[in-house]
Amino acid sequence: MRNALIVARRELLSSFTSPLAYIFLCLFLALAAALTFYLGGFFARGQADLEAFFAFHPWLYLLLIPALSMRLWAEERKTGSFEFLMTLPIATAEAVAGKFLAAWIFAGIALLLTGPIWATVIWLGAPDNGAIAAAYLGSWLMAGAFLALGSLASALSRNQVVAFVLAAALGFLFLMSGLEVVQGLLRGFVPGEVAGFVAGLSLLTRFEPLSQGALLVSDLAYFALVIVSSLILTVLTVDMKRAS
Amino acid sequence: MSASALLRLQSLGKRFGPFWAVRGVSFALAAGEILGFLGPNGAGKSTTMKMAAGFLPPSEGRAEVCGADVAGDPLAARRSIGYLPEGAPLYGDMTPSALLDFVAAIRRIDRRRRRRRKEWAAESLDLKKVWRRPIDSLSKGYKRRVGLAQALLHDPQLLILDEPTDGLDPNQKHEVRRLLTGMAAGKAIVISTHFLEEVTAICTRAAVIAEGRLLADKSPAALFGGEPPERVFRRLTLEQPTGPPVPAGAAQPSPANTGKDRKYR
Repeated sequence: MRNALIVARRELLSSFTSPLAYIFLCLFLALAAALTFYLGGFFARGQADLEAFFAFHPWLYLLLIPALSMRLWAEERKTGSFEFLMTLPIATAEAVAGKFLAAWIFAGIALLLTGPIWATVIWLGAPDNGAIAAAYLGSWLMAGAFLALGSLASALSRNQVVAFVLAAALGFLFLMSGLEVVQGLLRGFVPGEVAGFVAGLSLLTRFEPLSQGALLVSDLAYFALVIVSSLILTVLTVDMKRAS
Repeated sequence: MSASALLRLQSLGKRFGPFWAVRGVSFALAAGEILGFLGPNGAGKSTTMKMAAGFLPPSEGRAEVCGADVAGDPLAARRSIGYLPEGAPLYGDMTPSALLDFVAAIRRIDRRRRRRRKEWAAESLDLKKVWRRPIDSLSKGYKRRVGLAQALLHDPQLLILDEPTDGLDPNQKHEVRRLLTGMAAGKAIVISTHFLEEVTAICTRAAVIAEGRLLADKSPAALFGGEPPERVFRRLTLEQPTGPPVPAGAAQPSPANTGKDRKYR
């Protein structure tokens, strides 16, 4: 674990030397605010909560998180530093965990920077701060799930554009499986239980209660499972790519 | 083979798809020995070194570093190795100082020793001028020296250096060779090089590889025998049987499918 933290520190510092980090932060904040206040009708709703803010997070992450994850492994392999890193006394799992952790902390920083929106709600009314904190936690967990899927995509290709598209496609699949339109289609082909199971795999379905402040163990376990299994697949992919 | 070998390769082979890039490479290296690894481009030098350093898992055979099986206990093996990959690929956004701190942290070098070793590296490899500059902005020669610094930082027992003097000017080459010769007493060193004079100048042994096969492993004096080294090199490497690519299971590897310049997808 110590090596994972060393790698995470290096990656985090490195991400702030790239303009991509600042572009990501600006874009995330601008889009989050625009979607909340305009598309989400934040003021028109007349309620002291952040539902309009969190409702767009799955789609924001679908668009932006692949930009964060695409470089995790693809860049290492393209520049050759992959060979340097993987010949240091560090296990592949530690390197994968460290890189993921750095990107996840970065996503957390982006989320923290939306604090003024929360402050606005407190200023305007009396929101349920516990529910909002739970929704923030849920959003961060969902960002972790998108990042873990993106890490896998980045390990699969040395081309960052391909890694971006692949991560977005994987994220899209995980989101869409919970939408009513997909469920309707599925029920035409498979039994309702199977369609229900597929819906249960959806990031959207799992995030919905969290975004309203309901912390369910099953949802937390789901996000943990998506993150851990994607990272295990990343470890296997990195080792496989090294051997080929 | 010596029982006290710091590096021992036994019938090492690497296959990429149907083709063997390296096959049947065996040798052992003890402390005090500097092995010059020679061969044409694509001969299998880098692939052999990547296997010895624990980056590429071998398809057959075994590599052992300071008694640790590189495939079975890679972390123990890598702790004893200082490795400079071909082209010295490093983190370009870091400064030499920050990169050495990162490597020192991974290698569990305590703060006091880290400071001492960093000072030694900056001094020995003349890095002080570029100590706080991003590696991406450095010349090829400086990048190579930063690569050498990270390989030497933990004072390893085994050094595996893929073309360590490539890109250096004659003075820098001289300094690096002097440095390697000076530290050779307690270490085993493998260097791959295209500079034949390097082998005669600093190596105690010279191994020639072509088409993935080890063709010779002797002292430079015995290998060159008073002849111009280029002539011996050409005779050894050009007089090998050539032919169409040989699939896996056959005796000869394909020159077109050796590991050199292979991109790790």
